[in-house]
Amino acid sequence: MLEDQSGDFALATIGKVHGIQLATDEINAAGGIAGRKLELVIYDTQSDNTRYQEFMRRVLQRDKVDAVFAGFSSASREAYRPIVDQLNGLAFYNNQYEGGVCDAHMIVTGAVPEQQFSTLIPWMMEKFGKHVYTIAADYNFGQISAEWVRNIVKENGGTMAGEEFIPLGVSQFSSTIQNIQKAKPDVLITLLVGAAQASYYEQAAAANLKVPMGSSVNVGQAYEHKRFKPPSLANMYVTTNWIEEVPNEASKAFVKKWHAKFPSEPYINQEAENSYIAVYLYKQMIERANGSTKRDDLRKIIAKGDVCMDAPEGKVCIDPKSQHMSHTIYLAKVNDDHSISFPNEWSDIKPYWLGDAGCDLTKKNPNAQYTPSNPPPK
Amino acid sequence: MFDTAFGFLYQFGDACAFLVLCAAGLAVIFGMMGVINLAHGEFIMCGAYVTSAAARAGVPLGFAIACGALAAGLAGVVLERLIIHRLYERPLDTIVATWGISLIVSQGTLIVLGPSMGAVGTPFGSVVVGGYSYSVYRFVLMAAAALILLALYVLFTRTRFGELARATIQVPHMAQALGINTGLIYTATFGIGAALAGATGGLYAPTMTLVPTMGSQFIIEAFVTVVVGGGDVFLGTAPAGVFLGFIKATMTTWEGQLAGQIGLLVAVIIVIRVLPRGVSGLLLRERA
Repeated sequence: MLEDQSGDFALATIGKVHGIQLATDEINAAGGIAGRKLELVIYDTQSDNTRYQEFMRRVLQRDKVDAVFAGFSSASREAYRPIVDQLNGLAFYNNQYEGGVCDAHMIVTGAVPEQQFSTLIPWMMEKFGKHVYTIAADYNFGQISAEWVRNIVKENGGTMAGEEFIPLGVSQFSSTIQNIQKAKPDVLITLLVGAAQASYYEQAAAANLKVPMGSSVNVGQAYEHKRFKPPSLANMYVTTNWIEEVPNEASKAFVKKWHAKFPSEPYINQEAENSYIAVYLYKQMIERANGSTKRDDLRKIIAKGDVCMDAPEGKVCIDPKSQHMSHTIYLAKVNDDHSISFPNEWSDIKPYWLGDAGCDLTKKNPNAQYTPSNPPPK
Repeated sequence: MFDTAFGFLYQFGDACAFLVLCAAGLAVIFGMMGVINLAHGEFIMCGAYVTSAAARAGVPLGFAIACGALAAGLAGVVLERLIIHRLYERPLDTIVATWGISLIVSQGTLIVLGPSMGAVGTPFGSVVVGGYSYSVYRFVLMAAAALILLALYVLFTRTRFGELARATIQVPHMAQALGINTGLIYTATFGIGAALAGATGGLYAPTMTLVPTMGSQFIIEAFVTVVVGGGDVFLGTAPAGVFLGFIKATMTTWEGQLAGQIGLLVAVIIVIRVLPRGVSGLLLRERA
């Protein structure tokens, strides 16, 4: 397991470490996988992309692990992915991201834009209006996500009131707030990343900017609604495949089990659940491959299209074409007191875009990342 | 028309306030004393954390900020006595030492206090001026920046301490020969710089997410302003803040945050090429 236990991202990723540990302990207590115990090799990647590269080489070459659970930021994933490809490994990326990775060496359990935006944006446009403004972090995640927003707004007959890309590390937003007020959007999509950019919400609330906000990153990762003083995040709508407030029975049991093992966990986020699920999916694949941990044997199982499980969020399945996962998507609304309510949910939302665009890992493995403006070659 | 003009003035004031407050402590420690203090951001973080802790314990915000400044100032004094005062003759080594301190402090804070600190919430609400609403607290920040500059000016040019400090830093052995306790003056001056950084942290604490690495959000602006300003605390920082604030506000209003950042850095490169001793070097040329 290569996850950040220190550095900038630790806040959102400690839960992923715990999720994998919890699933591993449960599986080992129940007799392991196909009679063998799971052994975890854990390195702290320190929120540092070069650490990912070093440790990815080390686990694949020296420790000779069967599978790697790795990565939070897209930059870290793109840093280690060539190494997984080169050394012929198998990596689970258990994180929501900007989508488009078509790589047979990767299994992605996190949500992708078509799952989070094709639900969120039409819903918000229907409810609040069709004039949409986007502010996004200026790197691959923000740029590609903003492209998704732009396309979905257009498909649904809306217009872009404006778009601003903000360099990582910027913490002062007076001018951004004023530009948004000037454009008078009905809906504001915030794709801000990192602790510095999170200051936006407090500053916007202080300037009394009350445009309904939508996001694919907040709440579900860094639990801003728990950390910020209400009501700075009020009127924020987030699509997430799971958070600890999800009110179904399976989730409540999951949260209880988690707190029994990690009593001081401040928050269990969506990536923690994705990480937990990933270990069980891995178990299922190995058992169905008669105990083989070879990647090609596991991929033959995935190709059957029925690697599914009942997760805390609901039923999830791995899509054979893209090796991404279907999700139940919950619309979480942050209320004035920062409690969460769920005005809507969509079950079984598939990661359809890669497959529709022409990525089919059952036939061909391009080891590439695509975007809507740079789709797979036909 | 009035809307746009007021909006621009507000952006301009806001950018100036941020630059000046970022730089205030560093102007003393780096601009005046010549210590390249890479731990400047950690003093700011210290001030912000103490302010937040005090405010959440029920202390009124004004006093909480004073607590933050005091705590950072004390930390500065301790640090100067333990480490920095051994390195005045070795400016390059101070870079490594203060960088090390900065890493230790930010990672140490992460380990001891966890990845984030509770927020305070911005006071004073908002005000509507011609179609736009503004946070009242940002005007407080602008006033605070002006006040701090004024206080620095008075302290270093109109008081006995300021005179001794300038004498000590200009020609240390001469000052010592005249009976000045230069060690004490150095410690006090460094402490004042650290306290100013703490005050900046305290002032911005209500508007930001408090994390152990928050110092890095200030440090570029701080160094940029001090380098453009040059050696004089008041005559450097004030015009540098106004000049860079104007460029940043203009570029950001015109093309967004990215253009603002680029404009700021390009302006700095041009200034240090044309004026190696900064704005105050230019202003003080006749007198030198």
